[in-house]
Amino acid sequence: MSSLQFDIAHLLAGCLVLASFMMLYQDRLYALLNVYALHASVLALSVAWQAYVQQAPHLYVTALIALVFKAIIIPVALHRIIKRLGIHREIENVIGIGLTMMAGIGLVALSMVVMLRVTPSADALAREDLAFALSVVLLGLLIMVTRRNAVSQVVGFMSLENGLVLAATGAKGMPLVVEISVAFSVLIAFIVIGVFLFRIRERFDSVDVQELDRFRGERR
Amino acid sequence: MSIDALSAILLIPALSAAVLAILPGYRLTAKLNVVAALATFLTSLSLFVVEPASGQYLLMDDLNKVFIVLTTFVSLTTSVFSASYIQHEIEIGRLAPAFLRFYHAMYQTLMFAMNLALVANNIGLMWVAVEVATLTTVLMVGIYRTHEALEAAWKYFILGSVGIALALFGTILVYMAARPVVGEGLDGMVWTVLVKHAAQFDPALLNVAFAFLLLGYGTKVGLAPLHAWLPDAHAEGPTPISAVLSGLLLNVALYALLRFKMMLAVNSAAIAPGPLMVTMGLISVIFAALMLYRRRDIKRMFAYSSIEHMGIIVFAFGMGGPLANFAGLLHMTMHSLTKSAIFFAVGHIAQVKGTQKIADIGGLTVTNPALGWGLMLGVIAIVGLPPLGIFMSEFLVVSSTFARAPWLTVILVLGIIIALGGLWLRIGAVMFGEPKGKTAPAEASYVPMFTHLGLVLMAGIYLPPVLVTGFQNVAKLLG
Repeated sequence: MSSLQFDIAHLLAGCLVLASFMMLYQDRLYALLNVYALHASVLALSVAWQAYVQQAPHLYVTALIALVFKAIIIPVALHRIIKRLGIHREIENVIGIGLTMMAGIGLVALSMVVMLRVTPSADALAREDLAFALSVVLLGLLIMVTRRNAVSQVVGFMSLENGLVLAATGAKGMPLVVEISVAFSVLIAFIVIGVFLFRIRERFDSVDVQELDRFRGERR
Repeated sequence: MSIDALSAILLIPALSAAVLAILPGYRLTAKLNVVAALATFLTSLSLFVVEPASGQYLLMDDLNKVFIVLTTFVSLTTSVFSASYIQHEIEIGRLAPAFLRFYHAMYQTLMFAMNLALVANNIGLMWVAVEVATLTTVLMVGIYRTHEALEAAWKYFILGSVGIALALFGTILVYMAARPVVGEGLDGMVWTVLVKHAAQFDPALLNVAFAFLLLGYGTKVGLAPLHAWLPDAHAEGPTPISAVLSGLLLNVALYALLRFKMMLAVNSAAIAPGPLMVTMGLISVIFAALMLYRRRDIKRMFAYSSIEHMGIIVFAFGMGGPLANFAGLLHMTMHSLTKSAIFFAVGHIAQVKGTQKIADIGGLTVTNPALGWGLMLGVIAIVGLPPLGIFMSEFLVVSSTFARAPWLTVILVLGIIIALGGLWLRIGAVMFGEPKGKTAPAEASYVPMFTHLGLVLMAGIYLPPVLVTGFQNVAKLLG
């Protein structure tokens, strides 16, 4: 593999981590969705580049799914849900943005240390991809735990799935079964989430998860 | 491809799910649900007569045979219980008849997903199956659409998804480890191929992969500290689903973990998965045992008891060796049977009394003797008193590990005793004491509950030699 090919793949994967960081400090739902759309577009580019480099045409399908479904359809749909529910106000963070960013930096460092140390024998591209993918996964988790709002938790979860797709495409020659399943699971996840959001809306005036916490069975 | 028993146990539930999704009328669909479960169970029994060949996608060996027969049997009895349970729910208007079409289709989809996870020879396929099983149960937990049910389903969905995402990352890492040895493409995910070549895999990569798999599938097993979804999901969903969750789905996730443990065992340079599993198992036992003391909701209480027992089982498998594996396998079987029997009883009790709060239920042995004594027998079994099956399996777990790790075993026994105290304390007032709440006679189906309890009692007194040799073979396989 030429060094240019490697550099571009590296750049795109790095951009994905950067986009994850951008999601960490968004304090409005619409802005968060826009960044998520960017996140998914970067993923689509990165996967398409992998398809070109590995000469694996089936990966173009994965890239297309990422672009159409994750970067366009889901953000648009969530936009409409937010509008209908009237919850475009600020997102409540559990901890401050500064602290969240520090934790994010720590997580990225951790995943670099772990992944680069255990994969000395793998080829360079796969190593870097895995390390970046783990960072995206961990940052997705961080978004999920630092947000109280149900919609932003969903967005956090979807960014986590993007990290998994990056890992799956980085592992050269991974059977198609898995890529389809990943795309499929996102689809199902979205349906489930959609159903839940609407049901939650039927019963509550808020989709704030902390609101739900009040109804815990043990405190009745 | 001709249809053998292996694909039949997948096809029957899949087709029934499609049919049940279309058919109206809950009386008919409830019966069809039982028929489909019965057909699947009978097919799974035929696996003992003619063993189908394993392929690239489906696998059949002694290990998953045990799991499949247990799963299909408990699904069958639960479907019988479910028929009478939902009839009552419809009469009191808690569930609309329209929802039942969905409920039965989901029930069969869940059976399909669990069977697929058990027979999958491809670690990617297995992951998909566990994910589908999770999503169907999420939908079923939220079916009552109350505040509590929605919160439980949401929590279960979020934690379950995180778990399943970590498991996928682990699966990808396993493929990465396998790729240099077995080559690119499908072979890199076929479990039988992986086990054959695992000795040459990069140990460091395998270690990290197992850490992710343990966290991911461990969430689904309900190991502390990843268990937070479990009590809510059990308490707020329909009781047949609580029975299936505790009795079966936790086992399926454990099965996935065991498969990867077997793979790691082949590679001598990789970390031993045993100590990790032992630690998580012990934490779960102690934690769940302590949590039992402050429960006010009867279904939630038995959910914590499930965490405790999964802890014991994971401890036994973590210790490893033919004896401990045998004990773990027996304990898993006994726990599935007992815990689902308890949930059958609790489901009817909650319907009769109209509440799940322990404080509002009292004097059951007087008002509803059959249910009361049934639950009593179940509790006697679950806390591990002789002469029932769980006593024997717990005794085996303790005696087979005591010589190797006396201190760990002492902690385990302590946990079991604390749990016994907790359950006993709470259940005493429910059983005896002053009758409280409504005293209407129950329209219950007692057959599933007493069948399970009868089997547990029988296993405690006499284990058929066929079963013993069967379990011994599996225990050897597990290493």
